[in-house]
Amino acid sequence: MNQSVSNTPPAPATQLRPGERIKRILGSRTAGVVILLLVILALILVANAQGVTGNRLLSLTVRGVMLGGILSLGAIGLTLIFGVLRIPNFAHGDLMTGGAYLGLLFVGFMPMGNPIGPFSFGYEFLIAMVGSMAVVGVVGYLVDRMVFTRLRNRKSASIIFAMSSIGVALIIRSLVYLGWGADFTFFYRGRPRPSIELFAGIRVRPDQLFILGLALFLIFLVYLLLEHTKMGKAMRATADNPDLARVTGIDTERVVMWTWIIGGALAAAGGVMYGLDSQLRPEMGWLLLLPLFASVILGTIGNPYGALVGALVIGIVWQTSSAFLDPAYGPGVAFLVMILVLLFRPEGIFGKPR
Amino acid sequence: MQLLKVDSITTGYGEMEVLRDVTLEVAENEIVSIIGPNGAGKSTVMKTVFGLLAPWQGSITFDGTDISGFSPDRIVREGMCLVPQVDNVFPTLTVEENLEMGAFVMSGPLKERKEKIYDIFPRLAERRRQRAGKMSGGERQMVAMGRALMLDPKMILLDEPSAGLAPLIVDQIFEVIRQINDSGVAILMVEQNARKSLELAHRGYVLASGMNQVDGPGTELLDDPEVARLYLGGEVVSAAS
Amino acid sequence: MTTTTLVKAFLLTVPVAFLATQLLRSLPLLPRILLGIVAGFGVALAAVLWVPSGIMSYLVSFVIMASIYAVLTLGLNVQWGYTGLFNIGIAAFFAVGAFTSALFTTAPPSGALAAFSQQLFGFGAPFLVGLIAAGIVSGLLALLIAGPTLRLREDYLAIATIGIAEVTRLVFQNERWLANGPQPMRGIPQPLHCLVENPVCSWLPGPIAGLFDGFTARDYTFVYLFIASLVVLVVYIVLERAIRSPWGRVLRAIREEESSVAMSGKNVAAFRMQSFILGAIIMGMGGSLYAHYMVSIDYSHFDPLYATFLVWVMLMLGGSGNNRGAILGAFLIWGVWTGTTFIIDLARPALAAISSDLPARGPYLRYLLVGLLLLLILLYRPKGVIPEEKYVSQPG
Repeated sequence: MNQSVSNTPPAPATQLRPGERIKRILGSRTAGVVILLLVILALILVANAQGVTGNRLLSLTVRGVMLGGILSLGAIGLTLIFGVLRIPNFAHGDLMTGGAYLGLLFVGFMPMGNPIGPFSFGYEFLIAMVGSMAVVGVVGYLVDRMVFTRLRNRKSASIIFAMSSIGVALIIRSLVYLGWGADFTFFYRGRPRPSIELFAGIRVRPDQLFILGLALFLIFLVYLLLEHTKMGKAMRATADNPDLARVTGIDTERVVMWTWIIGGALAAAGGVMYGLDSQLRPEMGWLLLLPLFASVILGTIGNPYGALVGALVIGIVWQTSSAFLDPAYGPGVAFLVMILVLLFRPEGIFGKPR
Repeated sequence: MQLLKVDSITTGYGEMEVLRDVTLEVAENEIVSIIGPNGAGKSTVMKTVFGLLAPWQGSITFDGTDISGFSPDRIVREGMCLVPQVDNVFPTLTVEENLEMGAFVMSGPLKERKEKIYDIFPRLAERRRQRAGKMSGGERQMVAMGRALMLDPKMILLDEPSAGLAPLIVDQIFEVIRQINDSGVAILMVEQNARKSLELAHRGYVLASGMNQVDGPGTELLDDPEVARLYLGGEVVSAAS
Repeated sequence: MTTTTLVKAFLLTVPVAFLATQLLRSLPLLPRILLGIVAGFGVALAAVLWVPSGIMSYLVSFVIMASIYAVLTLGLNVQWGYTGLFNIGIAAFFAVGAFTSALFTTAPPSGALAAFSQQLFGFGAPFLVGLIAAGIVSGLLALLIAGPTLRLREDYLAIATIGIAEVTRLVFQNERWLANGPQPMRGIPQPLHCLVENPVCSWLPGPIAGLFDGFTARDYTFVYLFIASLVVLVVYIVLERAIRSPWGRVLRAIREEESSVAMSGKNVAAFRMQSFILGAIIMGMGGSLYAHYMVSIDYSHFDPLYATFLVWVMLMLGGSGNNRGAILGAFLIWGVWTGTTFIIDLARPALAAISSDLPARGPYLRYLLVGLLLLLILLYRPKGVIPEEKYVSQPG
């Protein structure tokens, strides 16, 4: 009712009403970035006014980058599945949860080794993570075959995919609940996780450095795949224009398979790392879903590099806001950022303005 | 020798019949143009030939194989490629990557094939690292055609190659079409720009209300008084339409 | 046959008569309604007389909860069924309605209680004020969320609604000053509770008050069932009229073929917004009904599983775009949901045989149930039990 949506085609630039012009300026990419920076600046100012020291802010920012690294693993898979397969996958958070718990299961199968160097985990943890990535990737593809392929053949609306993905999410979560109960748990219960000084009194746990490094490594692998392999290029092509991809002779079935395998594996890695960083809880993925979607929309749907940037921004905003806000509101803050993006630049930072 | 034979196909969307008893043939190394008013079902013919729409009745034979009911990627393997009308490049892929996608069904190195395309379209060679979405309409049309040629097809389908292009560019594109044909590729095209496409084509079909109305050599159709009255007469076929 | 029995039967008549009129769809409207009421009263009377009181009270509380869900499902039907708006944050509007109603109708804690319980305000207003306020505040929340998202791609609205539901839950969980989170808000008044007290409501004229002399506090659920089913009935009638009005016709046109409506000059965005808000208002009222039934509510009552996705399953199963289907779906699925308690109990030994941890985790099978139902309906019965009717819009 208060919408200023008109049915007339956009007027040429010369005849813009002032409101339209302001809207257009606000919608530019520069403005988008400026607004984001202003949001972060505002957070810092508010934190400052609340008497939070610069040092603490810096250390929160560092933690935000690490959280962003974890989020990006989920967000990249989510944006690929969204962009390439046109599925708004509300099960993605729960794929992360499932990945984390599978990792826990696999760790339990193996003899517990000594911690590697300064880290809290042994080699068995790395093997378990790789195993979990493989399983979740395959599970994602199987779910597609059982559910989404049928909907695709029926040419269902994107919303129907969204709804079925919620069904999938609930099933995954019920299995986690049944297998491990509702309580939180750790990969290595009771093992000390001391922190070390990074610089300027900023303390991090070695695990967190490992997590960031691994996230960056996996993202680099994704980059290689997308830019330098035939399948990666075909995935980007399908994201660009699925109809044209089919007409060109791209084997869309294989594109679907690889998108799920990559998206699922990254989600599992993200889940395992999130579990290592804090703890494993059946709701962990569900709570991450909102920040994930915020990252994806911020970085433009279908753009994996955008998702990385979006995840870093969301991670930093989440952590710095916790200087003066109950950390429980982290997902809420991410949501607020998303609403801002939707208001001013719904196509995301890297999208083409409509 | 017949390359493509479309034998009295009838098809449509849902309940709605769009084509009735459409029959057409394309010989090897021939340019055939389908013209007709808007809504006559020209694009539907293309979609049906290319397996995007199943024929209700009739059959489609390509190079001796019955391809009715084949999926697009199988048809591509048989040696037929389609250049759609709009949105016919992958905008965020580079020109080179766009070409590579044209050869997705093939394994092995593509360097030679790409070089061959760059010989036909020198303009694309200069811009091989540029994203296709950032190019002009004419350049995109070249990318799309180049991509279709990557597999060395026996035949390509062009859906309104002149749509949305400036007149000068249209001339260039038509010249390129002739050049492609000279290299031994048969061409079936659908065009709004009836006069130009009939001048180029060896033969033409006039499609109206979903049925073949007239067919014959391109230049003869141009002179046909009925065709002239129906589709060429008062209609100034502007390329920008 | 005592007065109490007759009054109970009268209170029960609304839902039964509604069911009867739906079964008699072949008759013209007026005889249908009259016959429905007569049959409804008859069946209700028979039930009060002969159904054992334990089963009766179970049935009554079942119908109350199913009615509350029916209100939510009807609200969702306005948004999804009529307009195709994908709201997966029903919990937000449900919770906001519930807490709003609670805040309006309770008195602010005073004395020793104030140390344990906090709330933003408390007006001690009557239930009806709470119900209306719940609708209004929930509608305002809808306006807030739909403003930036409704004109965008449909999946953005979905994400935004999930976001608002999560934020709402966080607020009610963490903000003590607002509604005593994370502790429950207690003492939400039960409307017309004085009917079952002694003496009966002082404002009622003597003869009417006299009818309730035989009522005890345990019979209050009959009163509440009357209220809840009345709300369902009113919402149903309003929606049925709305969907047959020119307004409803535009809504359906928007869902089917948006572009043609845009071209016919109607402001699509405004209509979508109105539909979204109307649905949210109804959901808010559902929340109010819930709060006054539960008496004590906290954030955990508004978990997405049973405050959002269960409602979706109800609508999908019943048949979206169809108000009767929405109500039927609410009752059927609520039956399945409560039935799972028994099934999980029965399955306990089997679960125990697999692992000693499993029986305690049995309740989580419900996630599995809702997820599977959602998928099975989408894959095998996308149109629901009662498919959408072809509405004939009345001229006007």
